[in-house]
Amino acid sequence: MIARPDRDEREYDVVVVGAGGAGIRAAIEAKAQGARTALVCKSLFGKAHTVMAEGGIAAALRNVWKEDGWDVHFRDTMRGGKLLNSWRMAQLHALEAPDRVLELEEWGAMFDRTPDGLILQRDFGGHRYARLAHVGDRTGLEMIRTLQNRAVELGIDVLMECTMQRLLVDDGRIAGAFGYWRQTGRFVLLRGKAIVLATGGAGKAWKVTSNSWEYTGDGMTMALDAGADLIDMEFVQFHPTGMVWPPSVRGILVTEGVRGDGGTLKNRDGERFMFRYIPEFFRAETADNEAEADRWYEDKKNNRRTADLLPRDEVARAINSEIKAGRGSPHGGVFLDICTRRPADYIRRRLPSMYHQFKELAGVDITKEVMEVGPTCHYVMGGVRVDADTTQSTVSGLFAAGEVAGGMHGSNRLGGNSLSDLLVFGRRAGLHAALHAKDFGGRLAADRAQLEAIARELLEPFTRSGNENPYAIQADLQEAMQDLVGIIRTETELRHALRKIEALKDRAKKVRIGGGRTYNPGWHTALDLQSLLTVAECVTLAAIERTESRGSHTRDDYPKTDAEWGKANVVVRQKNGTIQFTREPLPEMPAELRGLLEEKK
Amino acid sequence: MRVFRGDASRGSFREYRVETDQGMVVLDVIHRIQATQASDLACRWNCKAGKCGSCSAEINGKPRLMCMTRMNTFAEGAPITVAPIRAFPLIRDLVTDVSYNYEKAKTVPPLRLKPPDPDGRYRMMQEDIDRIQEFHKCIECFLCQDVCHVIRDHDLKRQFAGPRFFIKVAALDMHPLDTRNRTEFVAREAGIGLCNVTKCCTEVCPEGIHITDNGIIPMKERRADDYDPIVWLLRKFRGQRPEPA
Repeated sequence: MIARPDRDEREYDVVVVGAGGAGIRAAIEAKAQGARTALVCKSLFGKAHTVMAEGGIAAALRNVWKEDGWDVHFRDTMRGGKLLNSWRMAQLHALEAPDRVLELEEWGAMFDRTPDGLILQRDFGGHRYARLAHVGDRTGLEMIRTLQNRAVELGIDVLMECTMQRLLVDDGRIAGAFGYWRQTGRFVLLRGKAIVLATGGAGKAWKVTSNSWEYTGDGMTMALDAGADLIDMEFVQFHPTGMVWPPSVRGILVTEGVRGDGGTLKNRDGERFMFRYIPEFFRAETADNEAEADRWYEDKKNNRRTADLLPRDEVARAINSEIKAGRGSPHGGVFLDICTRRPADYIRRRLPSMYHQFKELAGVDITKEVMEVGPTCHYVMGGVRVDADTTQSTVSGLFAAGEVAGGMHGSNRLGGNSLSDLLVFGRRAGLHAALHAKDFGGRLAADRAQLEAIARELLEPFTRSGNENPYAIQADLQEAMQDLVGIIRTETELRHALRKIEALKDRAKKVRIGGGRTYNPGWHTALDLQSLLTVAECVTLAAIERTESRGSHTRDDYPKTDAEWGKANVVVRQKNGTIQFTREPLPEMPAELRGLLEEKK
Repeated sequence: MRVFRGDASRGSFREYRVETDQGMVVLDVIHRIQATQASDLACRWNCKAGKCGSCSAEINGKPRLMCMTRMNTFAEGAPITVAPIRAFPLIRDLVTDVSYNYEKAKTVPPLRLKPPDPDGRYRMMQEDIDRIQEFHKCIECFLCQDVCHVIRDHDLKRQFAGPRFFIKVAALDMHPLDTRNRTEFVAREAGIGLCNVTKCCTEVCPEGIHITDNGIIPMKERRADDYDPIVWLLRKFRGQRPEPA
């Protein structure tokens, strides 16, 4: 099989790669600005990971708590990220999230209501007040379907089952993207004056993960190749509660809403162990006994919040410790109990999808039995370094929003802040990409020889003499990352992981697959491997560099949080084909924002 | 397990022998076949938790989600067949061309909201939106479209939108703030008259949405009302229902 010029070519002002929440929101904004816009999805439209988000969208709407406001949301977000967040992103996010939620309502989203008919808000980890707009526990589905309908209404060009593999850069600015249609295997060149990456994360590099096959770090890798910087890659969030049994469902998410609605974590001895794991940083605002924690659900003014709703990094570490100490559940997790805490009809109404999921997949009725849960790889806080206001990367014309972008969440993301992040920065990305395209006066060039070289490279797995199986390499990578670059890390293990990744990169060069180019998942997996391996390497290198414990990054050999490290990002970039990293200072936070972070009683 | 292999021009069932572990679902077995025996076996999937609606197939002749079909529901050692959904053109193996559904989505007249309350907010009561939230549970697996006789057996795709889009219209029509009338659309473009209420769509819905009883039948009744001169007169008299868009 040789590379013929067998490709489709299309030209747009703005090409949005990725059609989850951030991508669709970006495309809607770009189109509204009058830009010729393409929206590229790796799957069918409306199937992105956003569909699986359960809990809700964090926004200080003040419908349930008048005391809430953007300043409190900003404070919670910064504290959740252990102050490593881009303060400007956290500020914009907190300020704009309410408008983005109300706009979804105008586009048809049906959120649960308060008694006076406004959008209801629920409690989540790390949020001082009940702040998450939600639809039972299927908020992501409501959000993506609403955005999808809006995109259809606006007549945006949606390119389904289309995978982008390389970005084209001409004279230092972005010029297009090159990839293939999954359904036919035919290549496709999308020329674009501006490109928005909204490709999500890379959780598929770990074995126990809530992420789907799509989460292979394509956007991060394409950006790196195109010369952009990545930051904070060492921060990978393990959601505390994934399913652990039966084995085939291991990792599937159990929403934090279970704890927000009264569920508690217990160990084998029936002890509510979270009270033993309250860190100094959150001591003043966290209940240290069961009685106060239970009172908090009813009276939030006069009691401190339950330790079950500490930020995710704290809860995941606590669960991990319980399991290691031999106090886990029979299948290697801990127990999550809502059945003894809330009536059956309340559980079915507030958590219908959890009820359904446990019933169908594990044969467990959560209104009668406790769940078994454990940490699962969920979210990459790191990603493409962007300008907070415009979302532009360090490459002119290349924008990034959503999980693929770094900075917003610092070292740990609060639940509910992802959906709002997608909306706020998705809109900003679409807006600034459209403005960038309007300003562009030149001609989009694409180097024919370069395109043919890429095409040849993409077809190599069909013709190589090797006999490596892409699925086996992916499984080995997942195993290595799970064991060596998981929740608790040490330099020895991280170095071991690097050697394994190197060996896997060599094996990946010998992958050979059968079949033709039409809808061939073996081929697709072989190509996805390249980006998975690149991101795995970036995470591991950055994790070695950061010699402290902070947020989701816990180093057994450096267990303390180091104030000096609190002022620096680990920046990863590619030079002469190798990945290099530097430590760079965070921008200084203005005094008035710093004042908001002080303890409040 | 007997899995359909082939493309639009030809194909047949091929048998694979696979070891299964506790708790496996059909999709796990397909993945194991891909990883160990047939790397190019085409199938769609995303969430593996019944939330995205990507892995629709016909398992032992029944339209189902592969991720929500547990292996322990079959007798040990009994042959299991997995075939692509039949109502849509085959691309390869278990993957079909479902673009018909995305084309139909473009024809549905979108929401047109009335102005907000004087304070700029919209208010809706939970009891008014409960029934809409039922329809919003739809994960677009298109299994209802797959089993609908009008689409599957009579192939009237041009003049018929199918159950998925009837409940979509029903949700829009029941929206407390919507001001558009979609009766003409439902009758003329969406072809609701072709539906003969066999309830096959409701039976296969993995989300348990009462597509027929709560969506299609009330819509058909309303359509009938529109042509009933007495109801028409009464409505004119009482001033119900907005004028057509």
